Amino acid sequence: MHAEDRATLDALKRGDERAFAHLVAAYQAGFVRIAYTWVRSATAAQEVVQDAWLAALESIDRFEGRSSLRTWLYGIVVNTARAHARAQRRQAPMSALVAEETDAHEPAVEAARFVAEPERWSGHWLHAPAPFPGPDRALEQRELRAQLDAAISELPPVQQQVVILCDVQRFSGEEACNILGLSDTHQRVLLHRARAKLRAILEKQR
Amino acid sequence: MTKPFELTCQEIVELVTDYLEGHMRAAQRSQFEQHIVMCAPCATYLEQMRTMVGLAATLDAPPEVVPQPPAAVLEAFRRWKRS
Repeated sequence: MHAEDRATLDALKRGDERAFAHLVAAYQAGFVRIAYTWVRSATAAQEVVQDAWLAALESIDRFEGRSSLRTWLYGIVVNTARAHARAQRRQAPMSALVAEETDAHEPAVEAARFVAEPERWSGHWLHAPAPFPGPDRALEQRELRAQLDAAISELPPVQQQVVILCDVQRFSGEEACNILGLSDTHQRVLLHRARAKLRAILEKQR
Repeated sequence: MTKPFELTCQEIVELVTDYLEGHMRAAQRSQFEQHIVMCAPCATYLEQMRTMVGLAATLDAPPEVVPQPPAAVLEAFRRWKRS
């Protein structure tokens, strides 16, 4: 078990409410964001996260540290959100969604933006990407961040889940696969498509 | 017909995620990097992806002042502590 996780668990077992408040504060926004992708309502997402905390406390004595505490907690949130969505008949099964979001060929950038065959420069940019603002322009960065936040919620559900875990929460691909129950191949395709779509949405707003 | 690059821009944009995630073999990585050095639009595309991924990681930053957990969650913690 990671030393940091061991220290957190020890503090919780001592009944340290401050340690618990820190844990909740660190994960609450991320939990609500990922829960929302299944239940599609802010209130329901809050309920899911609350139920997940209760479930986590009930089973925390069985946490063995095979994954990090954070990965384990995210797994509980995802399972709780799934059960909630199933009960509400809100979402198709994961396998059907994954198939829908990975099967058809979907280019990262539309073909019309590249020079067509059979020119020497075929496959090269015809309409180049417009640059995003530089990191020194603080106001524009804040706008871009808000646009990115909104753009994530426009993605299809599983792409959204993958981008939230991999890019917002910085889980490794392997950890995201474990949390969501995805194959490595699907995770890579979904992350690639999600990022390409996000970039396209942001570019349109420039 | 001689092609200006080993990889076209259209191929580059499909490889960007593998590149950023370190899923490329050395030979392909080097072809990718050669292209990026020579091609300003693809360099912009790659930079946009880096900017975006960097910004995404800041979206759910924990609050600076730690709030009290929701009442029901705190109550559950107190129950668990007693048990």
